[in-house]
Amino acid sequence: MQITIDEAKCCGAGQCVLVAPEVFDQRDEDGIVVLLDATPDAGQHAAVREAATICPAAAIQVRE
Amino acid sequence: MSAAHTPRPRIAVVGAAAAGLAAAEGLRRLGWDGEITLVGDEPHPPYDRPPLSKHVLSGSWEPERTALRDAGQLTELGLDLRLGTRAVAYDPERRALTLGDAGRTVLRCAGVIVATGVLPRTLPGGDGVEGVHVLRTLDDALALRRRLATPGRRLAVVGGGVLGAEAAAVARALGHQVTLVGTEDTVMGRVLGPEVGRLLADVHRAQGVTLRSGQAVTGIRAEAGRATGVVLANGTVVEADDVLLAIGSVPAVDWLRGPGAEAVGLDLSDGLRCDEFCAAAPGLYGAGDVARWYHPGLGRELRIEHRMNASEQGLAAARNLLAELDPERFGERRPFTPVPYFWSDQYDLKLQAHGVLAGADRTEVRVLGKDPLRLAALYGTAGRATGILTIGLPPRRTRSLRALIATPAPWPEAITGLTETVEA
Ligand SMILES: Cc1cc2nc3c(=O)[nH]c(=O)nc-3n(C[C@H](O)[C@H](O)[C@H](O)COP(=O)(O)OP(=O)(O)OC[C@H]3O[C@@H](n4cnc5c(N)ncnc54)[C@H](O)[C@@H]3O)c2cc1C
Ligand code: SF4
Repeated sequence: MQITIDEAKCCGAGQCVLVAPEVFDQRDEDGIVVLLDATPDAGQHAAVREAATICPAAAIQVRE
Repeated sequence: MSAAHTPRPRIAVVGAAAAGLAAAEGLRRLGWDGEITLVGDEPHPPYDRPPLSKHVLSGSWEPERTALRDAGQLTELGLDLRLGTRAVAYDPERRALTLGDAGRTVLRCAGVIVATGVLPRTLPGGDGVEGVHVLRTLDDALALRRRLATPGRRLAVVGGGVLGAEAAAVARALGHQVTLVGTEDTVMGRVLGPEVGRLLADVHRAQGVTLRSGQAVTGIRAEAGRATGVVLANGTVVEADDVLLAIGSVPAVDWLRGPGAEAVGLDLSDGLRCDEFCAAAPGLYGAGDVARWYHPGLGRELRIEHRMNASEQGLAAARNLLAELDPERFGERRPFTPVPYFWSDQYDLKLQAHGVLAGADRTEVRVLGKDPLRLAALYGTAGRATGILTIGLPPRRTRSLRALIATPAPWPEAITGLTETVEA
């Protein structure tokens, strides 16, 4: 799995951090998403897919 | 059901925007290998609405950027995608969906997810008048943007809710003369309460927006088919070249009405009424702005017109529909009990709200700074904290405030948590 994020689209909702805290974080200044792990291991995949589906800014792209 | 006649069972998702796409994507990801028909009456592939009143209106994003998925991602989902096609009827007993295409195609379905959203309210006298706008679709946003491309326009925004406030902010930043006409003395006061509403009104005033509060708009003034202003209840006229109506919306459920709906007792009085599983009838689920459902955690019905809910509920409806169709394979249905979330961007301010704020019987607002406005607020009902709002607070602090209302804390305890968080 390969994750990419589009910072310019992110609205800082932080839903990704709630769903997959080991993969996503947010910058302190403006809440923009920080990708902690672009190629997480299999145990994280379901959570990452869910984060990509519910991200309200469609800022998370997943390639498998 | 006539599944034997069709090679692959079909699930139809009606409405091809945020909620419909999340539902379709959820169905695939959860393992549905039958047909997924995604029906949308707009000509565009699924796109996102929040940027319309922000980056698209301001001109900083081209329309393509609002696409929710690229062509490759849509192809991967293997959808039977029918754009530019309206669903015109549904018979819940036969599970038959009628499309408004030339052949009036009837699709027999294993299940249907309704994600048809809402339609903007309009004012009498505004139909067909040039210069009168609503802002719901990409085409609406581009139409208003074209008008705002000419400098020095006078824009009257009717409605002091989130949509009106965002559009006013963008038009002001572009240098236009903007009048915000609402029936309250506040901006977003109906949802955020009078105290925060007044602070936001101050922000808009300081940015040069004229607020005409306390007056209902009774009509649109036009000359030769062109808008020239809006008429207020006290008879005065706000002169304008363009009028944006941001006065709320109505759920798009009319296509569901009919004897079939009555036979199974569908309640369409404020959106499609669903139970805690997002089910409106056997095999029929609702998601997004159109769906009113019972939230068991809060013990009440909600219908939420926010972007986050559209995705979350789309996914939840997909999961529960699959569980209904094949519990052995997809497991038990689960109640949908989210902590609602919305944000709004106005000028350089980012508002973030978690939980339920509207209708609170108490609020506690802590103003942390006035220029720029920074604040944290707590909203409560019946002795418990149910919602939080932050403006200009770091995400970690917003998340710790969210924890106070994820399971509604008793009010005094939440106040202590608020104090600790803002003073940390
Ligand atoms: C300008 C704007 C700005 C916003 N900003 C924010 C924000 O900052 N933060 C936030 O949280 N929320 C925001 N929202 C709200 C958010 O965009 C909505 O909650 C979200 O779009 C709801 O998605 P949905 O899929 O439920 O409905 P919709 O997006 O309304 O999609 C429904 C789709 O179904 C189609 N349809 C309707 N009837 C039929 C039919 N019979 N057959 C086929 N298709 C049909 C419609 O044409 C539409 O394409 C904003 C909304 C707008 C309009
Ligand atoms: S969920 Fe999406 S919008 Fe929210 S912080 Fe994560 S990437 Fe950004």
